[in-house]
Amino acid sequence: MESTRSLSFPDKVRERVFAHLTSPEDRSSVSLVCKSWYDAERLSRTRVSIRNCYSVSPEILVRRFPNIRGVSLKGKPRFSDFNLVPSDWGADVHAWLVAFADRCPLLEELSLKRMAVSDESLEFLAFSFPNFKVLSLLSCDGFTTDGLEAIATFCKNLTELDIQENGVEDRSGSWLSCFPERFTSLEVLNFSNLTSEVDFDALERLVSRCKSLKVLKVNRSVSLEQLQKLLVLAPQLVELGTGSFSLEFSAHQFAELESAFNNCKNIQSLSGLLDATVRYLPAIYPACANLTFLNLSYAAMQSDELDNLLMHCPHLQRLWVLDTVGDKGLEAVGSNCPLLEELRVFPADPFDEEIIQGVTEEGFLAVSFGCPRLHYVLYFCQQMTNAAVATIVQNCPDFTHFRLCIMNPGQPDYLTNEPMDEAFGAVVKTCTKLQRLSVSGLLTDLAFEYIGKHAKNLEVLSVAFAGSSDWGMQCVLEGCPKLSKLEIRDCPFGDAALLSGLEKYESMRSLWMSACNVTVDGCRLLATKMPRLNVEVIKDDESDDSQADKVYVYRTVAGPRRDSPPSVLAL
Amino acid sequence: MSPANLNESSDSDVGSLNFEETKLTLGLPGVECRGTAAESGGKSGVKRGFSNTIDLNLRSSSSGGDKRCGGENDVLGSAKPPAAKTQMVGWPPVRASRKNVMRSCKYVKVAVDGAPYLRKVDLEMYNSYQQLLGALEDMFSCFTIRNYLNERRIMDQVNGVEYVATYEDKDGDWMLVGDVPWKMFVEICKRLRLMKSSEAIGLEFILQEHLPRTQVQVEEEDICEGVTVAVQRLLVSFNLVPLV
Repeated sequence: MESTRSLSFPDKVRERVFAHLTSPEDRSSVSLVCKSWYDAERLSRTRVSIRNCYSVSPEILVRRFPNIRGVSLKGKPRFSDFNLVPSDWGADVHAWLVAFADRCPLLEELSLKRMAVSDESLEFLAFSFPNFKVLSLLSCDGFTTDGLEAIATFCKNLTELDIQENGVEDRSGSWLSCFPERFTSLEVLNFSNLTSEVDFDALERLVSRCKSLKVLKVNRSVSLEQLQKLLVLAPQLVELGTGSFSLEFSAHQFAELESAFNNCKNIQSLSGLLDATVRYLPAIYPACANLTFLNLSYAAMQSDELDNLLMHCPHLQRLWVLDTVGDKGLEAVGSNCPLLEELRVFPADPFDEEIIQGVTEEGFLAVSFGCPRLHYVLYFCQQMTNAAVATIVQNCPDFTHFRLCIMNPGQPDYLTNEPMDEAFGAVVKTCTKLQRLSVSGLLTDLAFEYIGKHAKNLEVLSVAFAGSSDWGMQCVLEGCPKLSKLEIRDCPFGDAALLSGLEKYESMRSLWMSACNVTVDGCRLLATKMPRLNVEVIKDDESDDSQADKVYVYRTVAGPRRDSPPSVLAL
Repeated sequence: MSPANLNESSDSDVGSLNFEETKLTLGLPGVECRGTAAESGGKSGVKRGFSNTIDLNLRSSSSGGDKRCGGENDVLGSAKPPAAKTQMVGWPPVRASRKNVMRSCKYVKVAVDGAPYLRKVDLEMYNSYQQLLGALEDMFSCFTIRNYLNERRIMDQVNGVEYVATYEDKDGDWMLVGDVPWKMFVEICKRLRLMKSSEAIGLEFILQEHLPRTQVQVEEEDICEGVTVAVQRLLVSFNLVPLV
């Protein structure tokens, strides 16, 4: 015992040392060394990220990590964003909150993505965690603005309230008036996604007294005139999201607005600009000198407006636009933004068949020539060619995220009429750092052969309307060593393809397959052979019982879930 | 000729005669069939009132329904668009919050005869007819670049094609662009159409009444002058002969 004691390291010291470890990967490695290291790591862990809320249970989590202060939870499969998942599917946060309230009442931060959140849960949260500081809700649904009232009223230490892209029932803007007059700690406020009008006086007073406010993103109901007043009160803002950017303005009012923007020397991120008209856009130019992120995805801009704006944004690193800017607008991007790293081009009218405008391969090419540092792209376009993509990745070999959506499903190279296999072949061969890939257009198994063979760092792959046979999916499952998420829809992959991944799924986060050729029997076989996977089949009403319309497979240490709705068959 | 018609004629006893062609109808020849209205428009010698002519070509499109393939819409001429888009759940993969981006603006669809797809313009972006028509000119040239128009070059010096700018108002009537003050136009305009004048058969007398006269009249309303200049400029850029 003497000899072991002289060799042993006091636990408390070990914990203090491990407290400095921030990276989850490092912590994971450390916890595997031995029991005492495992304990020191778990007791010193303050943040945890659960990327699939059903992979572990709340009880297991709080038992292992009793001292966590910040939790991030992701729930529904990503395709729920596009209405492919029934609304009652699950991912309810409440059980987590109950567990945290019981064992981790000092919880300060909660980030939820694609979780079901009720008003009751928000009220429970507001009452249960006296130190609560940060609430971030992204793509969540099930709550109303009533729930936000509880947060505003009772979270006395709140520093962040970030509501984005959610299915919120917007009953009224009165929640904003619920922040007490003595409340001054807010640093981040984002309610751009909500529609109801807020009491502007209350907002003005809130902004005025929260001297540490760094991020303010307002909604459409806040007018340009009102925005000007807010800017005067908060020139220290680092991130700004405007409301409606149009109004009948006098020259004097314009000058005041311009002056307000001129005083905002710290703005790095700008978004909103809803209904931005050519007349008033120049008001923001003075604030663009240090801009690194510009989100114009809710502002239907034309090419010359964009050109004029980008001339004032030499340091831009991230740009989100609508395809109303056209190829010409993207040429302007290529000319004006040499430091650009990320580009997202969203379709303005994705669901209107009569309309065809937008961007083509020309725009993407122009950006690739002008922006060699580009490594993240999300591009919705009408047409593409293999040759263009090959040139693009030659210009920008450092892609980590390549998400190309040719909007017409199964569309070939429009010049040669060939499949787009060579395009994605070029991507995976050239871009060795590629982590995320979304493919589109007409694709045969060859594209998947390329992916399996070359995409050694690929973690996330999204596939739609592609492939010729089971072989395609098999290539990916057998090839990509770091594959974590695979999402597939409307592809001719069946049971053989599904079962070829038997060995693989435990090293992956999840697999989604919808409108493929998988049967319930095939899923059942998978579930039987791999007990540590949850295999769920979501049934569509109309189809026959043997087809597995939607399949969701994920690894878990929590066993089969107990809250599946009737539409979900847990095998 | 639709497949149905062909079947009918093959059922008839005389093999070589095509009874469909000789059948008497009340409408313009070929108007029931897909994509032929534009072609037959020039052939017909029948004079019709402005709105009647438009009726034949546009009612089907203006009465809504977005699931139709472009080829069914007589307005859009014979050029075949790429494969028709069909509505699919969750495709393209765009979040619901992005669907409404365009809705709040004063966006109207612009149809151009001979082009298989429509474009959209935000009327609130412009302060005058001149600006609007200038923008349409730019947009229109884009179509030629994209080869949607079957080799027929709009800027062709020799085969100039004549166009007239028209719009559908709140009441569903088709009017010539420029007949009301700009601000009122923005309020009441629902759709725009650059119409081939070859289809505007029998319209000369109507156009003469409606198209503002600049050369003749000394008193000229400001609202009309802008349009005349703009339309004339547009027509000239397409190598057209002004109608008056």
